[in-house]
Amino acid sequence: MLGAALAVAVVLLVALPFLREPAPDSDRLGELADADRRRLDAEEARDRALDALRELEADHRAGRVSDADYRTVIGAVRRDAAEALRTLDGMEAGTRANGTKTA
Amino acid sequence: MPDLGRAALILTLGLCVYAVVAGGAAAMLGRRRLALSARNALYAAFGSTLVASLVLWAAFLRDDFSFAYVAGHSSRDLPFAYKLSAFWGGQEGSLLLWLLVLTAYAAIAVWLARRKARDLVVWVTPVLGGIAAAFTWLLVGVSSPFETIAAPADGSGLNPSLQNPYMVIHPVFLYLGYVGLAVPFAFAMGSLLSGRTDERWIVATRRWTIVAWTALGVGQLLGAHWAYEEVGWGGYYAWDPVENAALMPWLAATAYLHSVMIQEKRGMLRVWNVTLVGLAFCLSLFGTFLTRSGIVSSIHSFTQSSIGPWFLAFVVVAVVFTVAMIWLRLPQLRTKAKLESLVSREASFLYNNLLLVALCLTILWGTAWPILSEAVRGESVVVGRPYYDFFLRVFGLPLLLLMGIGPLIAWRRASLRGLARVFVWPAGIALAAGSLLIALGAGSSIPGLVAYTFATFVLATIALEFVRGTSARRALTGEAVPTAFGRLVGRNRRRYGGYVVHAAIVLLAIGIAGSSAYDSVVESPSPLARGESLAIGDYTLTYRELREREGANATEIRAVLDVRRGGDDLGTLEAGKNAYSVEQQVSNEVGIRSDLLTGEDLFVIAERVYENGTVQFRVFVKPLVNLIWLAGLVFVLGSLITLWPDAREERRLATRYARTPETADRTAT
Repeated sequence: MLGAALAVAVVLLVALPFLREPAPDSDRLGELADADRRRLDAEEARDRALDALRELEADHRAGRVSDADYRTVIGAVRRDAAEALRTLDGMEAGTRANGTKTA
Repeated sequence: MPDLGRAALILTLGLCVYAVVAGGAAAMLGRRRLALSARNALYAAFGSTLVASLVLWAAFLRDDFSFAYVAGHSSRDLPFAYKLSAFWGGQEGSLLLWLLVLTAYAAIAVWLARRKARDLVVWVTPVLGGIAAAFTWLLVGVSSPFETIAAPADGSGLNPSLQNPYMVIHPVFLYLGYVGLAVPFAFAMGSLLSGRTDERWIVATRRWTIVAWTALGVGQLLGAHWAYEEVGWGGYYAWDPVENAALMPWLAATAYLHSVMIQEKRGMLRVWNVTLVGLAFCLSLFGTFLTRSGIVSSIHSFTQSSIGPWFLAFVVVAVVFTVAMIWLRLPQLRTKAKLESLVSREASFLYNNLLLVALCLTILWGTAWPILSEAVRGESVVVGRPYYDFFLRVFGLPLLLLMGIGPLIAWRRASLRGLARVFVWPAGIALAAGSLLIALGAGSSIPGLVAYTFATFVLATIALEFVRGTSARRALTGEAVPTAFGRLVGRNRRRYGGYVVHAAIVLLAIGIAGSSAYDSVVESPSPLARGESLAIGDYTLTYRELREREGANATEIRAVLDVRRGGDDLGTLEAGKNAYSVEQQVSNEVGIRSDLLTGEDLFVIAERVYENGTVQFRVFVKPLVNLIWLAGLVFVLGSLITLWPDAREERRLATRYARTPETADRTAT
């Protein structure tokens, strides 16, 4: 008896999405568009570059990284950050332009 | 009641298979409601497994010996706490605990990630469902805890070794760790299946990995303490196959926790990271296989069973699946970033990874050798302690040193001159400590001396890190020292929590080196009669009397010893045996006197108690052994700091992933 009640409860839970929406407008799963996927990669690259810049500054301030090492690395870190921001800006500009065309 | 337990497990099996089939179909065909339905099946699987578990617990508490499992692992006079822990005292219950933790983790993991990694969860669901289905099949089709028999008047009791407070919680922590590794594995495989190799699977599982890794670490320490107190051979780790089984995935997960930082900071090592996550999970399965199959003899393996082939098949499927997925997605996993210098943070983490994986694989080889030798040559050859000790020194000592070096090297590249400047103080302190130790006579063990010197170096770097960070923050903000220190840690939780974990590992290393390289042991040449003494180091132990008393479910025989050190009376110590009448077994009950100031233990084993009242004793002095247990507390503290949510980080990630697609949470439960 208890087993049967448990079975009914789990079947109801599993069927819930279909019971709640017997005839939905769309049953498609949201997919990441290629543009969104590229944007996500670019945002990850941006966060990575900005983190690296922040960490290098903090390490230098705390004395973990010597002045000479700081000067050797900072250029590349800044370049990466600038490139990541440029890439992202370019994507946003492209998106805005497409939006304007569509409108 | 057994029918309800059986029905609940059959339901769990059906739900898990549904999560695999419907979840897989939903992911491939892009069906929103089907994906949600599969996710709900995972939630429901947890519910039905919980019902099955409650049925078994109720049977233990009600002394319902019509359950064969209860009759085989409990008795009427078993204390309450052990009736609860007898649940996992045998194979079937252990598997049920595995399943309970797995379905709970699966339900929580997909629920928590349903917004941040929506499209990923769709692929994670069938993977988690598949793992749970495999375990449920073992419980439904091969080894059920709900088999019934004609109820005997009393059960046959619980193995006396398991009647120890540590055994109430040790397996739970171990399983929280083993099973927890299934979550990062499922997300990594979900990521590969979906072809989306961005960092979302890492972000979604960062805390899961640390929770599992912490639980596995704590579980091993609890197990070591159990072995130390209960098994009664004077040690805490014997390189036993079952102990190794827990250590190997922990080492792989440790390697992953370091290498994932390289992916997060530099975008490198994507293939390596999914490989490590796969390795950690497959090793956790292998560990469960070793523990549960009875294929190797072990002091911890309390079962012999027929599930071995099934489990082995499961391990093989998991390995093949992991390798195939990584192979399939190799092009997407390749990255542009390259290692710029061999003297850099990422390089040091890479060395750390190579050493950890080398140690892990060496232990795997030693653990699997008896099985392999039996398969090939027909006779089982056991690899002894010297093999493991040798490789622990070869790989462990450089790892200890790297723990001090790695966090202080700059990312990308660092000059040797810059490094010398950063390390001049820690290296000076370490060399001074090494010299002092030689003067104090610690040179009798070279590995011990090296371990202590390296440990001092690492502790000095950690202390210096906290000082440097606090000073830099004070210089920037003008805050008072406590405020600057608190905010420094609060705003860099992963970094400073990591340092605290490193400090714990250093304490562990000091404790292991002290208690193994500098311990002393003495055995009474003949059984001692009342009034006779035994000396070890500064200690003198005089055997005073033999006491016998009735415990809850055992007759306790204790030899009472007066302990003196130098001229000081340190009180008495008891060591003896417990005779369990129901189980018809005798256990060793050691006597331990801990000096919390020096961390030293005086450890007494009553090897044999003779009918004439004489007792054969074995006595150890274990310097610094208590640092091992202290390390556990520090380890948990460091993990908690690392795990504590950072609101700024959460906001940043929420913004980053705000545009990931909706997978119809409109109908979410």
